[in-house]
Amino acid sequence: MADNMNTTETTVLTVKDLKVNFTTPDGEVNAVKGVNFDVRKGETLAIVGESGSGKSQTMMAIMGLLAKNGRVSGSARYGSAEMIGASPKALNDVRGSKITMIFQEPMTSLDPLYTVGKQISEPLIHHRGMGKAQARARVLELLKLVGIPEPERRIDSYPHELSGGQRQRVMIAMALANEPDLLIADEPTTALDVTIQAQILDLLADLQKRFGMAIVLITHDLGVVKHVADRVVVMRRGEVVEQGTRDDIFERPTADYTKMLLAAEPSGSKAPPADNAPVILEGRNVVVDFQIGTGMFFKSHRTFRAVDGINITLRQGQTIGVVGESGSGKSTLGRALLRLLDSDGRYSFASNDISHLDRKGMRPYRRQMQLVFQDPYGSLSPRQTVGEIITEGLYVHEPNLTKAERDARAVEALKEVGLDPGARNRYPHEFSGGQRQRIAIARSMILKPKVVILDEPTSALDRSVQRQVIELLRDLQQKHDLSYVFISHDLSVIKAISDHVVVMKNGKIVEQGPTDDIFDRPAQDYTKTLIAAAFTH
Amino acid sequence: MTDISTTNTNKVEGRSLGQLAWLRFRRNKAAMGGMFMLLLIALFSFGGPFLVSHKYDEVFPSYVSVPPSLKPLPETSTLQDVADATAKRARLKLESFDVAKGTFTAKVSASSPIDPRTVRYFDRVNEFKDTQVKETAPDQLSMVLTGRVAQEYFPFGTDSNGRDLLVRVMLGGQISIAVGLAASLVSLGIGVVYGATSGYLGGRIDNVMMRVVEILYSLPFVFLVVVMVVFFGRSIVLIFVVIGAVQWLEMARIVRGQTLSLKRREFVGAAQALGLTDWQIIRRHIIPNTIGPVIVFVTVVVPHVILTESFLSFLGLGVQAPLASWGTLISEGAANMQNAPWLLIFPATFFVITLFSLNFVGDGLRDALDPKDR
Repeated sequence: MADNMNTTETTVLTVKDLKVNFTTPDGEVNAVKGVNFDVRKGETLAIVGESGSGKSQTMMAIMGLLAKNGRVSGSARYGSAEMIGASPKALNDVRGSKITMIFQEPMTSLDPLYTVGKQISEPLIHHRGMGKAQARARVLELLKLVGIPEPERRIDSYPHELSGGQRQRVMIAMALANEPDLLIADEPTTALDVTIQAQILDLLADLQKRFGMAIVLITHDLGVVKHVADRVVVMRRGEVVEQGTRDDIFERPTADYTKMLLAAEPSGSKAPPADNAPVILEGRNVVVDFQIGTGMFFKSHRTFRAVDGINITLRQGQTIGVVGESGSGKSTLGRALLRLLDSDGRYSFASNDISHLDRKGMRPYRRQMQLVFQDPYGSLSPRQTVGEIITEGLYVHEPNLTKAERDARAVEALKEVGLDPGARNRYPHEFSGGQRQRIAIARSMILKPKVVILDEPTSALDRSVQRQVIELLRDLQQKHDLSYVFISHDLSVIKAISDHVVVMKNGKIVEQGPTDDIFDRPAQDYTKTLIAAAFTH
Repeated sequence: MTDISTTNTNKVEGRSLGQLAWLRFRRNKAAMGGMFMLLLIALFSFGGPFLVSHKYDEVFPSYVSVPPSLKPLPETSTLQDVADATAKRARLKLESFDVAKGTFTAKVSASSPIDPRTVRYFDRVNEFKDTQVKETAPDQLSMVLTGRVAQEYFPFGTDSNGRDLLVRVMLGGQISIAVGLAASLVSLGIGVVYGATSGYLGGRIDNVMMRVVEILYSLPFVFLVVVMVVFFGRSIVLIFVVIGAVQWLEMARIVRGQTLSLKRREFVGAAQALGLTDWQIIRRHIIPNTIGPVIVFVTVVVPHVILTESFLSFLGLGVQAPLASWGTLISEGAANMQNAPWLLIFPATFFVITLFSLNFVGDGLRDALDPKDR
């Protein structure tokens, strides 16, 4: 795609001095502070930035899709038509037909009550005045175009019958239905597995070549940008930091922020523990079955096997990275190892058999085996202060502590994870994603555990924040001789933090071994595909 | 998208979700108006009786079904007639009668010497008090009597038994508000604990617990009340219990629904991983997080309970005379609507304003606590 840049000078969209303000109870928030850029015909423009940089709000403002408390000023011209301040009717002539959008979350962007065919044909019938039969024929053609298998059958499917990647393809088909001049893709691949991600990006590139439309790609993922963009706009805190061609940005970045972003890829590696390090946590033949559907008084007999006979041995000071795509059973394995769900197999912790302990019997072990979750927004109770959240474990395991002692421990734990101890009187919603993840880590660390299972702890974070969290985890491991099981779909993070890698698919181990072996000399085809999808774009 | 939280990191005291909700609530004019009205009505009902000298069960036989008026009763012109009639009853002749500044002076005469004890005839009438003999003629055939004129104010009028409606509306308010709050708290307590337990434990326990709720739902409410009244006799406490016992069913369902979605949240998983017991998780994590919808529901339950109490009182199962609730006052007023409309208008006005205010406050709270608006 890079080769067709500068072939035409005609611009599709010109944005001048665009500003977006939100009125909140805390006063004005300037989300976008005067942004200028233009999109040329047939090119791919990537808008890069971390969360809160205003990259999505810029495009939302242009499309007239801002939240109620948002106000916009400046100018955005599509051809000769001014989009800012245009009436909804005038906007509707452009959006949905000339400029279309696809969103990050393919699960929620489709209406679950209508079939895929109906949803795609609707804009055709409205904007183009097509008849029903004609629209259906066009929908079939579009579904074929975006590479949906068996389009004749899928056209009458409901969204829940499709996989995430297929749903995103349907969204793309919808966006293409009216042959737009400009396609705005807001984080189109973030919610997808790496292998699917690569397919979707290839599809977009292919469609662009065929239709000659311009694409504005909003993303935080520099890997994606490097793969597909012609030109790049880097945004930070509502301002454009730098813009230029892809090669300029990647080879000769001028702004410090861009340099920092480029360097934010997780780096480093971990040495394996000594061979004679004691085994701290072991799971033999781990099997987890889930019941499908529940009868009222009778258990149904249909089961789904999420984890299928896995053996795993964690030594003191070791970090095992568990990699796999969504649905591979990696999170379930983590919970089974902590005995948080019903499972078969034999488990031992520091040479104590914990296979048959009930919840009460497990309680003394809980403080030594901790869990950190992916979602820093969901894993902290919104009604407790940070202090209450992180001292909760003490309340269970050291009930005799006085209030002052607990408070002192909270201060200590917050300092350890690099947060201001004053934070303990505040509520989680006042913190950013990275800070919240630090709070979640502090909650585990206050108990001084031996094993921590980290379930995608960095996946919801920006790259630069990710790097800080990984460094924090590394420091804590060295200081307290911790053992980690690090569950992630992100291979670059796994590579940086673990010394042993387990690749999972459909509840089984595909391949495992020392990190370097897995990444340099993968033996299985599946591992090769994963690595190729993650590192070559 | 916009990450405001990072900008004010240096502030140490945080704003809780409750404080944010209060900020949003304060901006809602209808809800604030409603809350102000509720405060006024509560003040009127509970503070008012201290400012009015009448008792709720005090009967004024002279003032039966008096229409509301801001003028003192009785009026001076009628006092003359009353004095005349009183004098006649005492076999005296009223020579002259004056009223000035709450005291009266009456000159009476008779054909035989007057016994000073005849003043009792004057005291016996509602209108005159502390009658004394001021002067007695030497031949004891005439006397000058003075005493206080008992003038009463009935701004809301009186009912058909001659009781002051103002005081009765205040009393009705006390009872209706107390029943509304107490029964709502009973339903809140039972419903939240029951619903959270059922939802959190899930599985078969949940099934059994919710079937119990459905069975109770299907029992006719009035039947339940009649049975309880027969067994335990009538008392206000029983009304609290009965109404609460019915209202908690709905509350339990709402809380159970909330709990089902909450228990999938990661902070509950985190609490399990920390080793908290089920009851600790329910108490520390589930119940505090259901508080938003629960508060909103309570503002709907309170008017509902007040209405239910009126209905019970109407059937004769609730508050018994001489006590009164707004419900009983309204039903009495409805019976006398044609000849004494004020008996209906005053309690009904207070009742309607209270219900409106509660609904506005409920609406405001729902908007303020709605997490989607965050």
